Amino acid sequence: MSREALVNSAALLLLVAVPVWALWADEPFTITLATRAVIFALAAAGLNIALGWGGMVSLGHAVYFGLGGYAMGVLAFHAQNYTPLMDWPFTITGTKSMPVIWLVAMISSAVAALVIGLLALRTSGVYFIMITLAFGQMVFFFAISWPTYGGEDGLSIYVRNSFPGLNTLVPIEFYGLCLSVLCVILFLNARLIRSPFGLALNAARQVPHRVETVGMNPTRLKLSALVISGAVTGLAGALFADLNRFVSPTMLSWQMSGEIMVFVIIGGVGRLFGPVVGACLFVLLEHFLGGVSEYWQVFLGLVLLGIVLFGHGGVVGMIAGRGRTHD
Amino acid sequence: MTDDVLVTHDITKSFGALRANDGVSIDLKRGEVHAIIGPNGAGKSTLIAQICGGLAPDSGTVHFLDHDVTAETVRARARMGLARTFQISALAMEDTVLQNALLGALGAAGRSWRMMRNVLKDTYLCGEALAALERVGLADQAAARTAELSHGQRRQLEVAVALTLQPRAFVMDEPMAGLGSEGSKQLTALLDELRWQAPILLVEHDMDAVFALADRISVLVYGRIIATGTVDEIRADPVVREAYLGEEA
Repeated sequence: MSREALVNSAALLLLVAVPVWALWADEPFTITLATRAVIFALAAAGLNIALGWGGMVSLGHAVYFGLGGYAMGVLAFHAQNYTPLMDWPFTITGTKSMPVIWLVAMISSAVAALVIGLLALRTSGVYFIMITLAFGQMVFFFAISWPTYGGEDGLSIYVRNSFPGLNTLVPIEFYGLCLSVLCVILFLNARLIRSPFGLALNAARQVPHRVETVGMNPTRLKLSALVISGAVTGLAGALFADLNRFVSPTMLSWQMSGEIMVFVIIGGVGRLFGPVVGACLFVLLEHFLGGVSEYWQVFLGLVLLGIVLFGHGGVVGMIAGRGRTHD
Repeated sequence: MTDDVLVTHDITKSFGALRANDGVSIDLKRGEVHAIIGPNGAGKSTLIAQICGGLAPDSGTVHFLDHDVTAETVRARARMGLARTFQISALAMEDTVLQNALLGALGAAGRSWRMMRNVLKDTYLCGEALAALERVGLADQAAARTAELSHGQRRQLEVAVALTLQPRAFVMDEPMAGLGSEGSKQLTALLDELRWQAPILLVEHDMDAVFALADRISVLVYGRIIATGTVDEIRADPVVREAYLGEEA
């Protein structure tokens, strides 16, 4: 077992052990905190596919996170008000079923990623960052100025959505659901990076001209990775909205994009468990430093600075040493 | 079918007022090594880019395997079996040697959209990749990280990636670049064998390698081919001596 595998197993073990302990010690808030960490980890795992393996520095992943959130918000809003989502040309009603909401969240995020990617991938470097940021701001201001779904105030959903066989209102059950989703996505992610597609994508990041001269289209490979990435982050958005039973334009803000990127960078870019470790650390820092000082983000900044300067590509790299996950 | 694998006919390419290629016609026949030599700025890179598809000629055509490929993309030409190597190694440094070789096999087999199968368990692709590594003498380095290879080994890997494409023709842009005399000799021996697999269009500054390998040499100066012929003919050509080889050659 490599050191990185050990780190990954330890992270997974903690994600199981801490909530079980919290349940035993009757600390429901800890479970909520852990749920928050797991959902952030999922959002960051999505970004990591684009950033870590595709080399696309997207500063617009809040679009997918927020779209996922609004997919949940809009569907549940219509379900709780007993109003149809649309009447013409055929009737679509709202729903409180998580699997349906997840599907809608992933599809809408994937479509958004496709549209944004088609334009943004004509550029690279700092222009790519700026275009993804610009799209993020467009969607953000659109959400703010659309009063039907709460505009600036957001949408409150009174009862958490349902999942067959579970009582999602019990914190530990919802946590278990989120952790299972994260594990499934990480498993698929691991398969993806070892696949022929993963190999080609990895090369498209490093030497696009080589990929082209062996008969493959690097831009199309990257675009596909961005679509998958957006869908995963969208799924996380739907879960996040369900955790808070609330969705607002904050989920679409550029600060959110930045935070998702911070999770990846803290944990380790292009490492399977980098986003998980990064999101957990972020939530811990947010909780404990936030209790110490209102200006806790100053300390977060210092931690981030230290990791970028002295960590070999994130905390996972500091512990596990060199070598990427596919070695 | 003729003996010509790769033909450029009267290719012209200008950048503003500069005529980088001015009516260049060359051909590459089965089993031969055709070397293109010429001073820096003669238009060799421009010529390669037009043959491989990165640049479109202003006029003239490129034929590959009796097809007019002038309008085809880099990718389409690669899939037809036009394999190029780069002057500056274009390898995924973070990946292993085997993964780099797999990339070519992957492109040739068109399997890049498989997302859930482990590429290292694809016996066909791995077989192709390992065979290519074996051919260039890198089989024992398959598991090494590419960044850890020596410069000479990277040049060999560059050739191996081209080999995995099941090439019908090689276009090699200064394969000897940066090699010492020993490495250069090794690679020369390898290319000498490869010509029987597919003919090689060789752009090279290393004259020892060119004279050892080439069946024919074309001399490109200021965007024009000033002479084409066998090694002896080119060595004896007074125009070439004046323009390029210098007096003592």
